[in-house]
Amino acid sequence: MNQFTSVHVIYLLEAARWTLLLSLIALLGGGILGLALALARVSRLPVLRVMAIAYIQIVQGTPLLVLLFLSYFGLSLAGYRLDPLVAAGLSLTFYVGAFLGEIWRGCIEAVPRTQWEASDCLGLNRFQQYTHVILPQAVRIATAPTVGFMVQVVKNTSLASIIGFVELTRAGQIVNNSTFQPFLVFLFVGAIYFAICYPLSVASRVLERKLHVAR
Amino acid sequence: MSQDSSLAAGRPGRDPDGPANASGVVVSVQNVTKYFGPLKVLDGVSLEVRQGQLVAIVGRSGSGKSTLLRCMNGLEAIQGGRIVICGHDVGIGRSNRAELRRDVGMVFQSYNLFPHFTVERNITLALTLVKKNTKVEAARIAAEVLALVGLADKNSAYPEQLSGGQQQRVAIARSLALSPQVMLFDEVTSALDPELTIEVLKVMEDLAGRGMTMVLVTHEMAFARRVADQVVFMHKGKVWEAGPTAQVFAHPATAEFAQFIGTGL
Repeated sequence: MNQFTSVHVIYLLEAARWTLLLSLIALLGGGILGLALALARVSRLPVLRVMAIAYIQIVQGTPLLVLLFLSYFGLSLAGYRLDPLVAAGLSLTFYVGAFLGEIWRGCIEAVPRTQWEASDCLGLNRFQQYTHVILPQAVRIATAPTVGFMVQVVKNTSLASIIGFVELTRAGQIVNNSTFQPFLVFLFVGAIYFAICYPLSVASRVLERKLHVAR
Repeated sequence: MSQDSSLAAGRPGRDPDGPANASGVVVSVQNVTKYFGPLKVLDGVSLEVRQGQLVAIVGRSGSGKSTLLRCMNGLEAIQGGRIVICGHDVGIGRSNRAELRRDVGMVFQSYNLFPHFTVERNITLALTLVKKNTKVEAARIAAEVLALVGLADKNSAYPEQLSGGQQQRVAIARSLALSPQVMLFDEVTSALDPELTIEVLKVMEDLAGRGMTMVLVTHEMAFARRVADQVVFMHKGKVWEAGPTAQVFAHPATAEFAQFIGTGL
């Protein structure tokens, strides 16, 4: 039986880079999709609203695990053999987009209606209202729930191990299989997750304070 | 209401009827009907505001006066009649909305300043985005209108750092900066204590003195009586009584208006 050594530590840290990369893809892809969905949800066009609601309901009602199976195994049956990273990245984007879309929709609607009226009366068009008046205020409201959800997503990237993707949790399992020191290995794995998530929470607090001062 | 009878109604030197020619009509409301669901909130309302006039719309809560003002600016759709303001037909969709916004300013009860911008940016936002003024021009105009409302030193403050009265004066300055032809005031002092109310009313009186055409919905009867050229009393969604201020206050034609000014509401 192997001892838990620096080799394992380096292996886990390297795997953590994949966890970070998946989280980044989820945040960027899901963020872009989420913004589009949030804007569609509050659109004046009923067709956009209905499509966004349908998408959000379906994806929110589906486990991330099932999305991963669908994009990896399902698409490969259909002839599209996706790299595990691509499959995991796509699944996370679709998943995170649905949740961020709904969170941000709530934040946009939390900006008082009177802000729309005041900016309308000053002659701003709808695009200018969004970019200068509504979204900047919605961002301040959205900071805490968005970061809270992102912390969840960082941890949910561990599900990508199910389609053969060796990220942090999967790497922990592999190391444990060879060292058989589960407490040591998984405490170390947990510490790395914490090291990724804690700065996010701190950044959220700092950002909130900053945005609050400038309001 | 204990109103000093020696206070003359209407402002000195201003003809309560405004310019005599018909082209002096800035706001024309004709037989307007408005429903909230099954509830008829405006019932055949007609009124006219001429260039340079100050018209006060008064009445009890729920009489439809705020709704009427919001309809004038297209914030609420009307179901019947016609509203023409500065030559723009408000009833016909949003196609002429940009021109309407250029000519009509509005100030709200709850100020509605943008909390994430400084006072100056609140004022320059529409100047740069809508009127395409340069930053330098916009800053100059902001300084000008802030001086007019007595807040020249507050341009870098954020709204939450100001009192309600100061915020409302900034809101007036923000609207004024776009040089509108007519300004609508929707119960702009209703959220303020008496002291702050006075400073806002003072600004409005200054504006009126400069010849700005103004329509205000107000509960400040003393102010209306002293400054307004015309008073419109609304009751149950109708213009119940209207006319030159001195005349309607001295000789209320309806029991409802007599009772209304009698109770000082």
